[in-house]
Amino acid sequence: MYWQESLIALATLSRKETTRYLRIWVQTLFPPAITMALYFVIFGNLIGPRIGPMDGYSYMDFIVPGIIMMAVITNSYANVVSSFFSAKFQRHIEELMVSPAPNAVILLGYVSGGVGRGLLVGLIVTLVSLIFTQIQIHNIWITVSVVLLTSILFSLGGFINGIFARKFDDVAIVPTFILTPLTYLGGVFYSVSLLPDTWRIVSMFNPVLYMVNAFRYGILGSSDIDIRVAYSLILLSILILGATALFLLRRGTGLRA
Amino acid sequence: MRYYCRPTLMEVFSAAMGVPALHLQNLGKTYSNGLIALRGIDLTVQPGDFFGLLGPNGAGKSTAIGIISSLVTRTAGRAEIFGHDIEKQPWEAKRRLGVVPQEVNFNGFETVEQIVLNQAGYYGIPRRRARQNCERYLRELDLWDRRKLVSRTLSGGMKRRLMIARALVHEPRLLILDEPTAGVDIELRRSMWRFLEALNRTGDVTVILTTHYLEEAESLCRNIAIINKGRIVENTSTTALLNRLNTHSFILDVDPLANAAPATVDGFVLRQVGPQQLEADVQRDQSITQLVQALAGAGIYVRSLKNKANRLEEMFIDLLQQDASAGNGQEA
Ligand SMILES: Nc1ncnc2c1ncn2[C@@H]1O[C@H](COP(=O)(O)OP(=O)(O)OP(=O)(O)O)[C@@H](O)[C@H]1O
Ligand SMILES: [Mg+2]
Repeated sequence: MYWQESLIALATLSRKETTRYLRIWVQTLFPPAITMALYFVIFGNLIGPRIGPMDGYSYMDFIVPGIIMMAVITNSYANVVSSFFSAKFQRHIEELMVSPAPNAVILLGYVSGGVGRGLLVGLIVTLVSLIFTQIQIHNIWITVSVVLLTSILFSLGGFINGIFARKFDDVAIVPTFILTPLTYLGGVFYSVSLLPDTWRIVSMFNPVLYMVNAFRYGILGSSDIDIRVAYSLILLSILILGATALFLLRRGTGLRA
Repeated sequence: MRYYCRPTLMEVFSAAMGVPALHLQNLGKTYSNGLIALRGIDLTVQPGDFFGLLGPNGAGKSTAIGIISSLVTRTAGRAEIFGHDIEKQPWEAKRRLGVVPQEVNFNGFETVEQIVLNQAGYYGIPRRRARQNCERYLRELDLWDRRKLVSRTLSGGMKRRLMIARALVHEPRLLILDEPTAGVDIELRRSMWRFLEALNRTGDVTVILTTHYLEEAESLCRNIAIINKGRIVENTSTTALLNRLNTHSFILDVDPLANAAPATVDGFVLRQVGPQQLEADVQRDQSITQLVQALAGAGIYVRSLKNKANRLEEMFIDLLQQDASAGNGQEA
């Protein structure tokens, strides 16, 4: 397929994916706004003042970046895995498979949907957080690039999950048993510097910790880890997951009999 | 204006060189559970043909179509569309192919129009042209008034027509339909036939269809292949196939008979099935005129007559029986 046709195919798929999550906004955009608002109220407003400052910031200010990131991660992942799996389940993925659209277009199209929803939810949560606190952004470039890259990464993850999923249960397993624990233990609610040595070292193997901290650095200017390490880790993971997804598409795993 | 459908210079050239619309060579498929669905199929369909692929349930028709349309991976052989290998030149091959699958496979939550427009987009057709093609085919298939409906609310027949519009929106040169008229009422079936014939008559679109209605194959297809248990057991023109039938049986409605009908008149075998109904066998070298005259000579007056069974149906059953007795029946 030539460039021009590929771009049209990509635009078509992106538009379709965007329309999908916007159409079902009650399921896709609204719930995270509510959940995250509750986090702000309970942890930030009610409990926060008793916890006192964290890393030199008020507890509310400390958790805002982590909570935004948590929303971006879950929603990017969820969007791609559920959209791709239901395309498989209802078999309309065949519309793409019979067409000459290259695998890269299929992957990018679905990822664009995940990134779109992830960032939109991130923005909504940010706006909600403004009700509770005033945040100054320390470095807009770091903030935006980290959130974008993280969103891409988890969209890719959702895509691979969608490829392997055979039933609806498989769509929920990774988010429940892997993603949620990793995010909760990824320094959203606490600074790892508070942890005993062993747990701090264990935490260093949690990739989400790097993303949350890099993002927090972008907003607050403080981080538990070196953000260059965070960038390298995210970029490397994107490369690995992207290549894996393309390889699986090429092989037709979970798609072709 | 047609977009892809008008043959390019290259295609006119390749047609002149005898490049077939579809060429399958030793195509084989063994599913991962060990089931052998295709045992090396060779098939060539010429450009402009109206081709019927017949065979009993489970013969491998949908598997073959799945491979041609990149939904099933082949385990042996090769497939070419207008000379382009489906794996080595996917863009060239796929843009020339439109597929109407056996089962519904569109997104039930999208509207008719979205489904067709998106499909055009996946083929890289610019939006404006996509809209033109979409309107044209939705109108031709009588769905234009329903374009804003969510697809899952369509009736079964409308869903089929939607899949035909979707398969045509990029103006393919080869259209493959897997049982397009299954579960479709008679009126709609006839209008689909007319639609497909008109499409094929332009000479730009080669049509391949599978069907279990043999009268459909008889009236539409110029050439027919019969596939049984993953093998092609017959591949010839419809006329040649029909000519091979030696005997036609007819059911005759006759004036009330005074006595029982004789067992034969003038070499025609008769069987009485009711007080006013007979069955007669007509051999290849005999004619119906002769039959009617012979009956009149015996004082039997024919009011109307019809074929006992569809002629192709008899042929079909015969062939499958021959194939089974030739030992191709029972292996795993
Ligand atoms: N995904 C699959 N996995 C395993 N076996 C399959 C699969 N799909 C089809 N088969 C088997 O392959 C054989 C051929 O099936 P296919 O669908 O190609 O037949 P068909 O000729 O289209 O039949 P029908 O007229 O009923 O549609 C059947 O025995 C079927 O059970
Ligand atoms: Mg079939």
